[in-house]
Amino acid sequence: MKIDELKDVASQVRRDIIRMVHACQSGHPGGSLGAADIVTALFFDQMQINPEKFAMDGNGEDVFFLSNGHISPMLYSVLARRGYFPVSELATFRRLGTRLQGHPTTAEGLPGIRVASGSLGQGLSVALGMAQAKKLNDDNHLVFVLMGDGEQEEGQIWEAAMYASAKNVDNIIAIVDYNKKQIDGSTDDVLSLGDLKAKYESFGWMVWELNGNDMQEVVNTLALARNNAYNGKPQVLLAKTEMGMGVDFMMGTHKWHGTPPDDEQAAKALAQLKETLGDY
Amino acid sequence: MEIKVQNYKDTRSGFGDGLLEVAKHNPKVVGLCADLTGSLKMGDFQKAFPERFFQVGIAEANMIGIASGLSIGGYIPFTGTFAIFSTARVYDQIRQVVAYSNKNVKICASHAGVTLGEDGATHQVLEDIGMMKMLPNMTVVVPCDYNQTKAATMAVAEYYGPVYLRFGRPKVPNFTPENEPFVIGKAQMIHEGTDVSIFTCGHLVWKAWEAVLALKEMGINAELVNIHTVKPLDTNAILKSVAKTSCVVTAEEHQRNGGLGDSIAQLLAMYDPKPVEMVAVDDVFGQSGTPEELLKYYHLDTVDIIEAAKRAVARKK
Repeated sequence: MKIDELKDVASQVRRDIIRMVHACQSGHPGGSLGAADIVTALFFDQMQINPEKFAMDGNGEDVFFLSNGHISPMLYSVLARRGYFPVSELATFRRLGTRLQGHPTTAEGLPGIRVASGSLGQGLSVALGMAQAKKLNDDNHLVFVLMGDGEQEEGQIWEAAMYASAKNVDNIIAIVDYNKKQIDGSTDDVLSLGDLKAKYESFGWMVWELNGNDMQEVVNTLALARNNAYNGKPQVLLAKTEMGMGVDFMMGTHKWHGTPPDDEQAAKALAQLKETLGDY
Repeated sequence: MEIKVQNYKDTRSGFGDGLLEVAKHNPKVVGLCADLTGSLKMGDFQKAFPERFFQVGIAEANMIGIASGLSIGGYIPFTGTFAIFSTARVYDQIRQVVAYSNKNVKICASHAGVTLGEDGATHQVLEDIGMMKMLPNMTVVVPCDYNQTKAATMAVAEYYGPVYLRFGRPKVPNFTPENEPFVIGKAQMIHEGTDVSIFTCGHLVWKAWEAVLALKEMGINAELVNIHTVKPLDTNAILKSVAKTSCVVTAEEHQRNGGLGDSIAQLLAMYDPKPVEMVAVDDVFGQSGTPEELLKYYHLDTVDIIEAAKRAVARKK
């Protein structure tokens, strides 16, 4: 897909995010907006997937896991826009009986979701298991997993990071949504991540750095990582993003991590985001 | 059924042999271990199927996550470590990516209970059945001897869904018939009786059998039922037995809170209230000692089951 087209999709995803969290007056808009470009690029350009025929085992296709499940509105929008389920279903987000639970789950059978997530630190391990299954199946497709940067504070991440390089799991591409913010404030203030690049490198990973809100750079880096897969090392993309990206008053602060906009704020936000594919 | 001690074997060896056996027939079976292959008796499996064995190191949380991922990819992962690290250490991991996500992961837990022995209370988990049975979607299996653990290991591979399989360390009498098929959720009638129902699981099934023989000498005709599947509970078998005997003893190597007795008391309170005596650990941690010393010290021994049965029978009158 052309870069401009991808940007158009991401703009619609951002509109969906604002409308979803506004409608139910709960959810996490900040991180969702920040990660919209990366996940749009994955599902609309970089991953080889079969949205029309969702299969839990993901055999013969690339597989994506969202480890930081709280940015579910972004994932739901991307999945719906990509054809996994009707976009009209986005209106049910966080409502009683919905398949679009606050955090993604498999219990309601939503196509595109393969495991429950949101209890942080677990997605990388699950993705590693999937990557091992792909190797057992002689399936050359890749496993992608998106994590938060605050999530890097979880110890299990580092169990998984150690495992991945020790066992040469080189069919996995991890992405850190590196917005340097978490719910209580900046990551520097809450618990400094230190030199995340050096940490991953010392754990035996190949590290890519990029601007995760520059669509061209996102696509280019994902393509480079794709081509570099099966070279003996796991890979991680440290994608510098801006929490709240696309809505001026939601950027530069952690305030919108888990707070929905009111009517006025939502209108103000939507005025800044082009409707490109039609609102749901 | 005919009770005959064929030999003395550890239940964990039943797991190791069952895993090897089922893996020969089912290519989807894979094994994961957190640096305890020797203790879990997974060495033969590892040797026979090196490409299907995953040594994850001392990283149990990661092991559960990897197992979930392998199951998504269509495999049947058996994770192996001590019962304490299989449950308490990774409870949230099991809850999120195994039970709630309904993955086909078999959590195989050795060294459960006080019969782990000398390592002491840090390793003697007595809360695991409770933790696991509380999770929706989770099946909880506690076999009683080598033969049954082997059969249970093979049976859970053929069943889709999360399973907690609990077994132990010491060599104990191997007394159930070899090659007896294991049916998940179906209570096993060991000995029919009329005066008191003894419901038990795991290592204490043998102790309860000794109690049944002693009670017979005292003129009490006890019924012995092996509740090897704590969840889902075979409610029909339990209610049927109690309808006949009108009093109950439960016996398990576990805390009273949250154990098998707890489940049975709940069932009876709702459908057929009758006297229940519980042989279980009474809200304390264990300590170092030999398995036999510890069973005696924590009142989980044959004599304790005998006394409980006498109390239960007396309460009927």
